Amino acid sequence: MNEFLQFSLVPMAMAALAAIACALPGNFLLLRGQSLVGDAVSHVVLPGVVIGFLISGGASAVWIMAGAAMAAVIAAAAFEAVRRAARVEAGAAMGVVFTAMFALGVLLLEQSNARSVHLDVEHALYGNLESHIWLAAENWAALARAETWRAMPAEAATLAGVAAALSLLVALFFKELRLVSFDPDFARSTGMPTGVVQFAVVLASALAAVAAFSAVGSILVIAMFVCPPAAARLMTDDLARQVWLSAGVGAASAVIGFLAAGHAPLWLGFQSTVSAAGMIAVVSGLFVLGAAMFGARRASRA
Amino acid sequence: MREFLGALALQGGYNTTLVMVGAALLGAAGGGVGAFALLRRRSLASDAMSHATLPGIVLAFMIGHAVLGEGRFVWLLLMGAALTAGLGLWVTTLIAARTRLREDAAIGIVLSTFFAAGVVLLTVVQSLNLPGQAGLQGYLLGSTAGMLRAEAELIAAAAAVVAGAVFALRNLFIVTAFDEGFAAARGVNTVRLDFALLILVLAVVVIGLKAAGVVLVIALTIIPPVTARLWTDRARDMALIAAGLGAAGAYVGAGLSATVPNLPTGAVIVLVQFAVFALSLALAPRRGLVAAAVRRARLVREIKSGRWRPASAEGGA
Repeated sequence: MNEFLQFSLVPMAMAALAAIACALPGNFLLLRGQSLVGDAVSHVVLPGVVIGFLISGGASAVWIMAGAAMAAVIAAAAFEAVRRAARVEAGAAMGVVFTAMFALGVLLLEQSNARSVHLDVEHALYGNLESHIWLAAENWAALARAETWRAMPAEAATLAGVAAALSLLVALFFKELRLVSFDPDFARSTGMPTGVVQFAVVLASALAAVAAFSAVGSILVIAMFVCPPAAARLMTDDLARQVWLSAGVGAASAVIGFLAAGHAPLWLGFQSTVSAAGMIAVVSGLFVLGAAMFGARRASRA
Repeated sequence: MREFLGALALQGGYNTTLVMVGAALLGAAGGGVGAFALLRRRSLASDAMSHATLPGIVLAFMIGHAVLGEGRFVWLLLMGAALTAGLGLWVTTLIAARTRLREDAAIGIVLSTFFAAGVVLLTVVQSLNLPGQAGLQGYLLGSTAGMLRAEAELIAAAAAVVAGAVFALRNLFIVTAFDEGFAAARGVNTVRLDFALLILVLAVVVIGLKAAGVVLVIALTIIPPVTARLWTDRARDMALIAAGLGAAGAYVGAGLSATVPNLPTGAVIVLVQFAVFALSLALAPRRGLVAAAVRRARLVREIKSGRWRPASAEGGA
C-alpha cells in the first residue's frame, strides 16, 4: 500500500487532472466542429517546450510553459495568415502549421541531443507520467504532515490549479458557452461578444494542453480533448450533463488505464509495465466505443 | 556543404542517390494526390490514417518474430501499417456516418486511440526485449539512415506506381472535385473515385513512413498542395506544381539529412517544404503578402490623389 502512495497515487491523480482539464474545453470544441484544435495545439507547442527547456537548462516549469504559450500564439497567427492567403479550408491550413512546427521541434531536439541535454521525442509524445513519484509519502501517517505535501511533485499542483480554474470558468460562463455552441447567430443578436467567447475557448484549450503536455505527453492530451466529450455526447442531449459526464469519463479512463498499465501486467506475471499514457488513451477510446454502441443519444440526426 | 552539393548532383554514392530519388518520387506522389485531397476537403483524413499505422507496424513486427523468427521485414511492417490504417479509415467513416459525431471528432478519436494502442504495443515489445526493436523507433519520426538497398528500391518503386496512378486518374479527380453532379451524370462513379483517392493517400502515407515517420508523413500530402494553391487557381496546374514542389522539397531534404549529422529525415523534408511554402506566401504574384501590400499601397495612393474610380480596370483584385 505504501508503494501505491509513493509511486502510483500522484501519477494517477495527475492523469485524472490532465484528463479533466482537457475534457472540459473539449466539449465546446466538439460542438463547434473544432475537435482537432487539441491535436494541433499539442503538436505546435513542441518547439516552444524545447526552447524553454534549452534556455532554462533543465525542466523549469515556468520557462517550458512560457515557451509553449509563445509557440501557441505564433501558431495561431500563422494559421490565420495561411488560411486567408491561400484560401484553403481550416483543416489544411492547420495541417501546414502544425506539421511544420512539430518538425521544427523535432529538429531542435535532435540538435540539442548532440549537446547532451536530456529530453527526447518519445518523452514529448508519451510524457513521463510514471516518473512523478512522491517519495515523502511513506505511509498514511506521513500524509498528515505539511512537509510531505511540500515534497509533492510541482506539476501536480499546477495541473490541479489549471483543472480547478477551468472548472470554475465553465461553471461561471456556462450560459454564454451553451449559447455560442448551439446558436451563435442568436447569441450575437443578443449583443453577446461571440468572437471573444470562442477565442476564450481556444485559449483555455491551449492552457490545458500546455499544462498537461509536459506531464502526460501529447498523445494523451489529444485523446482527452476528444474522447471523453465524444463519449458523453453520445450519452446525453443535456449540455450540463455532458460536461460533467466528460470529466467523469476522463477521470475514470485515467484511473482504469493507469491500473491496467502499471499493475495488470505484474498481476499477470509479466516483469515490466506498459505505457500508462498510451493505455489511458486506449481506455478513453473504449469508452467512446461503448457509447457508440449503447449510448442513449448515439444515432446521427438525419 | 560540398558533400551536400555533391549529393544534390547525384554524386553521393548509390545508396544516398537511391534514397534521394525515392524521396523525390514519394514527394511527387504525395503532392499530386494531396492536391486532389485538398480540393475534396479531405486533407486531414490522412492524419487519422498515418497515426493508425503505428499499431500495425508494431503488431507486424511481433508477428514476424513469432512466425518468421525475425521482425524487421520492411514489406511485412508496411503491410501491417496499411491494414491498421485501412481499419482506422473505416472506423473514421463509420463514426461520422452512424453516430451524431462529426468527421473532425471521428478523426481525433481514431488518431489518438490507434496511436496510443501502438505506443502500448511498443512498450510491450520493449519489455519482451526482442532483437531489432530499435528499428521500430525509426518509424515514429522517419529515418533513412541504415536503410537497406532493397528497402529503398521497394519504396522508390511503390512511390513511382502511386505517382503514375495519380497521373492516370487526374482528369477524373478534377471533374469530380469541381462538379460532383456533372461527373456523376457523365458516368463517373464518384463514390468509388473518392475511395480510390483515399486509397492513394493511404499508399503515400504507408510508403512514406520509413522516410518521414508516422507523425510527419501527412505533411507530404498537405504542404505542397497548399503552396501550389498560392501560385495558381487552375486545378490541373495546381496538381502539377504540388507534385513538382513535393518532389523538389523531398529530394533536397533527403540530401541534407544524408550529408549533415543529426538532421532527422522526416523533419528536414517537412521544413524544406515549409520553407518553400513560406517564400511562396510572401512572394506569390496574386495571393502573396508582398503583392497584397503593394496593391493596398497603390489603392491608398490613388484614393488620396483623387484618381480612384470604384470600378477600375483592376476589378476586384
